[in-house]
Amino acid sequence: MVNGLPGVTALLPALLLAATGLALLLVDTIRPDARSNTSMAIVGAVGSLAALAATVWLTATGVGSADAGAVYLFSDAVKVDTLGLFFTAIFASVTALVLVAGHDYFDDGVNPAAFYSLVTFAATGMALLAVANSLAVVFVALEMVSLPSYVLVAYLKQNRGSVEAGLKYFLVGALSSAIFLFGISLVYAATGSLILADIASASIEGLTGVLGVGIVMMIGGVAFKTASVPFHFWAPEAYEGAPAPVSAFLSSASKAAGFVVAFRVFTEAFPLEMAVSANVDWMLAFAILAAVTMTLGNFAAAVQEEVKRMLAYSSIGHAGYALIGVAALTVDGPANGTVMGAAMAHLLVYGFMNTGAFLFVAMAERWGVGRTFADYAGLWRRAPVASVAMAVFMFSLAGLPPFAGFFSKYFLFQAAIDNGFVWLAGLGAINSVVSLYYYSRVVKALFLDDPASPTALDAVDVRPTALYAAVVFAAVATVLLLPGFGPVIETAEAAASALF
Amino acid sequence: MILEALIGFTFLAALVVLVAPDAWAGRLAAAVSLVPFAGALYAWSQFDGAGNALTGGTIAFESRVEWIEVGGRTVSWFVGLDGISLPLVVLTTFLVPLAILSAWTPIDERQSQFYGLMLFMEANLLGVFTALDFFVWFIFWEAVLVPMYFLIGIWGGPRRKYAAIKFFVYTNAASLLMFIGFTALTFALGESVDSFGLPAITAAIAAGELSTWFGIAPGTIAMGAFLAMFAGFAVKVPVVPVHTWLPDAHVEAPTPVSVLLAGVLLKMGTYALLRYNFTMLPDQAAALAVPIAAIAVISVIYGAMLALAQKDLKRIVAYSSVSSMGYVILGLVVFTEYGVGGATFQMVAHGLISGLMFMAVGVVYNATHTRMVGDMAGMADRMPVTVGILVAGAFGYMGLPLMAGFAGEFFIFVGSFGAPSLPYAPVFTALAMFGIVIVAGYLLSAMQSTLFGPFDLETDYEVGPAAFHDVAPLAVLLVAIIVLGVAPDIFFEMIRDAALPVVEGVTIDG
Repeated sequence: MVNGLPGVTALLPALLLAATGLALLLVDTIRPDARSNTSMAIVGAVGSLAALAATVWLTATGVGSADAGAVYLFSDAVKVDTLGLFFTAIFASVTALVLVAGHDYFDDGVNPAAFYSLVTFAATGMALLAVANSLAVVFVALEMVSLPSYVLVAYLKQNRGSVEAGLKYFLVGALSSAIFLFGISLVYAATGSLILADIASASIEGLTGVLGVGIVMMIGGVAFKTASVPFHFWAPEAYEGAPAPVSAFLSSASKAAGFVVAFRVFTEAFPLEMAVSANVDWMLAFAILAAVTMTLGNFAAAVQEEVKRMLAYSSIGHAGYALIGVAALTVDGPANGTVMGAAMAHLLVYGFMNTGAFLFVAMAERWGVGRTFADYAGLWRRAPVASVAMAVFMFSLAGLPPFAGFFSKYFLFQAAIDNGFVWLAGLGAINSVVSLYYYSRVVKALFLDDPASPTALDAVDVRPTALYAAVVFAAVATVLLLPGFGPVIETAEAAASALF
Repeated sequence: MILEALIGFTFLAALVVLVAPDAWAGRLAAAVSLVPFAGALYAWSQFDGAGNALTGGTIAFESRVEWIEVGGRTVSWFVGLDGISLPLVVLTTFLVPLAILSAWTPIDERQSQFYGLMLFMEANLLGVFTALDFFVWFIFWEAVLVPMYFLIGIWGGPRRKYAAIKFFVYTNAASLLMFIGFTALTFALGESVDSFGLPAITAAIAAGELSTWFGIAPGTIAMGAFLAMFAGFAVKVPVVPVHTWLPDAHVEAPTPVSVLLAGVLLKMGTYALLRYNFTMLPDQAAALAVPIAAIAVISVIYGAMLALAQKDLKRIVAYSSVSSMGYVILGLVVFTEYGVGGATFQMVAHGLISGLMFMAVGVVYNATHTRMVGDMAGMADRMPVTVGILVAGAFGYMGLPLMAGFAGEFFIFVGSFGAPSLPYAPVFTALAMFGIVIVAGYLLSAMQSTLFGPFDLETDYEVGPAAFHDVAPLAVLLVAIIVLGVAPDIFFEMIRDAALPVVEGVTIDG
């Protein structure tokens, strides 16, 4: 029972997202001739905001909190707790932003229902992934996220770049899905169970080798979804070729979905004590991945000439930071919950600032001003509000005060240090310094550089209202999450601490 | 609540001005910027602080609201004033309306954004001088950089991009260094402090709560933190050899931005040095007294020599700021009542005088469109009032008695000459005093060739007296400088009250 209602109420956010997807298809069927973005965007935004509201309501009433206990459904295959609700809030927020932005990005008459419903169905998969308590559900939900994503990347089917990106994404994705699934089967072979808690308590005598290989393969699946080394190759291509709102969705929501798998499955199915005693130290593996990922992402981003590609590599870099949440863990570490909670809070803040940045790129694509830093020169003369918002995203991504990205990064590094991982925090700080270089290049281009020619900015003639609204909303959230960081970090820490 | 009202109103005013029409943004900004000044004057009249805010003195207008917890320590919205911060708050709110007035003539594009950013910067500056929690302080500290970057980068001179980026890179690198230094301190304090409040941290360090952290001895951590913070703040001050961003920023920045940069932003550096390095870690400061005093004296002499070599009037004033800030560092490092008090007084005095100089040079530039010493002569002929005030300001810079600059430098020299904690104090003092001679040299020669003699400037228009709204802020500043010079006690009494506990904290060997 949840608040006196049937237990399935705890799944309300996922159900609302699924219903929204179906409603979108319905709207499209009723009025196939009047294919208008507007009705789609309204239905999609209302539905995803309703899911967000449901998440907040469930969290606020204490559903799944440590005191009330998690809500188990469907023979323990689903477990709704604060961790799942926290991530669902990220997914719903990003989905709402992306759907609103889609209104101005796509022309009427290019079958908009496909875009809106695919995004919503992918979000449904993510919401399910966030509460999955069985490896079978994890895999099904993961595929539910992946399959719409492949289509979305290749959505501009007349555009070679988009199609090529979709194909690359699909090939790497199919491979990593197979690896992940094989890993699950090996874990099942070693433990005889798919429910996370049962895996943890199963006796694995003599089968630690099988389990170890399984865990390593599952790490591969997580690395793909989070765009971390060594499965990061698809990310720059896919983000660059995909329509910018889709890139925003993939790099914010889909990445967070990968992290919910890492955070929940690894800590619950393979507890720290067991991992150490069985000699399958996945924390160490994640620590190495985190270090390599953040360094590679940041240094590669520094040499890019195209803004979207720079954001793609920066997104890899941020995956490296968030991996600290599963890397800086030790058996009986004093700050295990704190460090994972800080990583969750970072992902929430990242959901707004990174989505906003990609949506700014979407606006630039809509205007047709070009893709490189130089093409953005002097843009603030024509679009001051959007440029200021972009500056907020860039400074926040770099971790500068007074934006939320400062706190989320600082809390993460501080928690890592408290847990004894000074080297990881130090590496993160160095990478943040590098990142300031390429993020500030965008700001410099927008505000300081003069347009290449007097007519260069004539393309900026339309005011895409919905895109503007989404970008400005994301910027306001990025600023307000600094004073309002308290409740976020407290919820996240409480949710993460329940896992240990 | 008055400090919250002060900061909050300035933020709101910035937002309103930001979206106001260009046609009356300047007038609106000038009008609303008088409100914080009135608020600061009211705060001054109600000021009931005593002692130093960091060492357990009575904090005026103290307000504290818990905000967030990190690593077992609470971050609070914690603001308040003492005798050191109140004069700087008054200085900030006093200079901003004048700087906005001085922008009416030179700023002719995107005015609402310009004035909005100026007010946004003022709000953050007020935050820097009132915050007593490290994180609140740091957020305001960094938030000052952003508007400054845009103000130089968008409204600046021909090389504005270079200057803005240099400013941004220098100050951000410095902030990072300082941030690392301070966090190392908090790690070493361990569980002995439960908040990031500056008074609590100062008290814990004074009580010897620093412990070994990751195998590093407490003394080493304290020394490392001192060096990191000193280096970070030194960039902001700036001292030789990390001063090179300053002349570029000043030359490219429009006049009103230069006024705030020299008048207030440089004081952030010395204020932070006083708060963090010299109040929190007095033992390390005493141990490093000789090298720091050497840096101070080198800044004085080398800055003045550089000024001597310049042809651009704005560069001359910019380099002389480096020289003046050297006095402030010298005053801080000697750890005497008059030294530290004089340094704080000099912050205010220099804020007024350098503000006046930049403003006056700007008014001349508006009329002549050149700042080169060789390009013009006899300006006194065409703009007698402006030139008169410029000359008076220059004499203030040289330390003419009964002007604020004299009082500040005199206090510092009195405090430093017999300083017991600084070896060779008389030598350092004498060397620093020699700087005044160089200052007189370059200011007099520059004025001689540009302002006096027969008028000579090739223009295709008539050069006439400046507008009233250009001259009025100059006159107001001059009056303030003279008032402060005649009656330094209006600030010095409270400054001395707040400086004494800092001085008493230091142990003097031998």
